[in-house]
Amino acid sequence: MAAELTGSRLQRLVEQVGRRFVSGVEDFGYSAALLAESLYWIVFGPWQKQHVRLHAVFAEMMNIGVLAIPVLAILAFANGAMMAMQGIYTLRDFGAESQVVVGIATSVTREFGVLITGIVVAGRSGSAIAARIGTMQMAQEIDALRVMGVPPVRYLVAPVLLAMLVMMPVLTILSDSMAIVGGGVLSVMELHIDIGTYFERILAALEPADIWQGLTKSLVFGVLITLVATSNGFSASGGAEGLGRATTRSVVLCISAIVVADMIFTFFLII
Amino acid sequence: MATLAEQAVPSVIEVRDLVTYYGTQKILDQVSLDVADGEIMVIMGGSGSGKSTLLRYLLGLHLPDAGSVRLFGRDISGLSGREWMELRRKMGVSFQGGALFNSMTVGENVRMPLREHTRLDENTMRIMSRMKLEVVNLAGYENLMPAQLSGGMVKRAALARALVMDPRLLFFDEPSAGLDPVVAADLDNLILRIRDAMQVSIVVVTHELESAFKIADRITVLDRGRILMTGSVEEVRNSDNQRVRNLLSRTSEDVPVNAEEYMQRLTEGAD
Repeated sequence: MAAELTGSRLQRLVEQVGRRFVSGVEDFGYSAALLAESLYWIVFGPWQKQHVRLHAVFAEMMNIGVLAIPVLAILAFANGAMMAMQGIYTLRDFGAESQVVVGIATSVTREFGVLITGIVVAGRSGSAIAARIGTMQMAQEIDALRVMGVPPVRYLVAPVLLAMLVMMPVLTILSDSMAIVGGGVLSVMELHIDIGTYFERILAALEPADIWQGLTKSLVFGVLITLVATSNGFSASGGAEGLGRATTRSVVLCISAIVVADMIFTFFLII
Repeated sequence: MATLAEQAVPSVIEVRDLVTYYGTQKILDQVSLDVADGEIMVIMGGSGSGKSTLLRYLLGLHLPDAGSVRLFGRDISGLSGREWMELRRKMGVSFQGGALFNSMTVGENVRMPLREHTRLDENTMRIMSRMKLEVVNLAGYENLMPAQLSGGMVKRAALARALVMDPRLLFFDEPSAGLDPVVAADLDNLILRIRDAMQVSIVVVTHELESAFKIADRITVLDRGRILMTGSVEEVRNSDNQRVRNLLSRTSEDVPVNAEEYMQRLTEGAD
C-alpha cells in the first residue's frame, strides 16, 4: 500500500514536471512568435498600411527611458561608490588599492552598469507593461483592436520593442557614467588622488570592447524585458488577482531572464 | 413562410456546420446560420449556450475547427492579412463592457479606427467623430475619459466607435447587460434607429427576452451549442419546442442524474 502510494505520488511529480516543462516550452515559443511578429510589423508594416506609430514609440521611450533616469542615476552612483569601497578595502591588503580604478572601469562597463539598468527597467516597465496589456486583455480591449483591424502586436508590442532598443543603450551609458563618477568620489576621498587623474586612469584602462560588451547586453536585455512583459500581459486572466499574479510573474521572470542571459553572455564573450 | 434568407436578399453572414472546441470540450455543434442584408438577427440563449463563442467566430477572432464561416460571401478561413483588414473596415462591434480604451478620451476612442485606417486630417476626423457621438446622444462628452461615463454612456460611446467607419455589419454583445430597464430600452430604440438610418445588418447576442422580441427581425435560439430554431419573433413565441418554451418561460430544466457517473465524478483523482 505504502509503495503504491509513493508510486502514485512519484507519478504525479513526474507529471507535474512534464506539464511545467511543456508550458515553459510553450511560453518560449509564444515569446519567439511575439518577437517575430513585432519585427515583421516594424519592417513590413509600412507596405501593409500598418506602420508602427512614431508617437507611440516616443511615448514608450519617455515611460521606459526618460522617467527611469533619476532612480537609475542614484542606484548606479551608489553601486559605483560601493564597488570602490569594496575594492579599496580588499586590495589594500596587497598594497594594490590604486588598481581599484581598473577594476571599476572594466566591471562597470562590462557588467554592472548594464545589469543595474536592466533591473531598474525590468522593475519599472516590466510590471507596468504587463499590467497595462493584462488590463486591456481582460476588458476585451485587445479583441476590440483586432476587430478594428489593428493587429495588437503592432499596436502594443512593436513600439515597446523599438523604444527598448533605443533607450536601453542610452540608459546603460548613463548608468556606466554615474557608476564611474560614484567610484571616483570614493577614490578621491580614500586614495587621495585628484579627480582628473582618476578619469585619466579610467580612460587608460578602458577599451572600446568593454563598452561594446555592455551595450550589446543592453539590447539583449531590452528584447527580453519586452517579450517577457508583453507575453505575461497577453496571457493574464482571472480578474484583479490574476492581473496581480501576471505583474509579479513578469517582474520576477524579467529579472531572472536578465541575470541568466548575462551569465551566458559573459561566458561566451570572455572565454 | 419563406424566411428572409430564402428570398433573393443576399446573405452578409453564412455559417455552415460550424463545430468548435474549447480544449477537448465541444462548444458549438453543427451550427448553421444566415444573416440577410439589412436584417436584425438576434442570437438568443442562456448562459453556457455557446452564443458568445459563436459571436467570437463571427468576428473572426477564432477560425472554425470544422465547417465554414462566410462574411460578405468570403470564407474567413483563407483570408490574407490585407483581406481581413478590408473586411474589418465593413464591420463594427459593440462589446459587452464597451471595451473603450481607458487611456484615451471618448473622442479619441471614436476617432481611433479613422486614425488607423484613413489619412483624413485631424479636423475631418474630429467632425466625423462628433457626428457619430450626436447619433448616440453623447454630444459634448468627447473630452471625458471612459471611467467618467455611466454604464449606458459607455455602451453608446462604444457604439459610436463601432459606427465611425460606416460599417455594413454591426455586432452587439449583450447590449442591455448591466443596464437599468429604461436605459436598456433606450439602447434598443437606438439600435432600431441606426438600422433604419444606415441600412446596416445587425447581429445581437443577448439573453434578454424583452429586448430580443423588440428589435429582432429573426431570432436564432441556441442551446448547449446547438441551434434549436431560427425564425421570426412570432415563430419563436409560438414554438412548441420544449426547450424554447423553457427559455421563454424562464423555467429551469432538470438535468437527469446518472448515479454511476455521479460517483465517478466525486471520486475521480482520489487515491
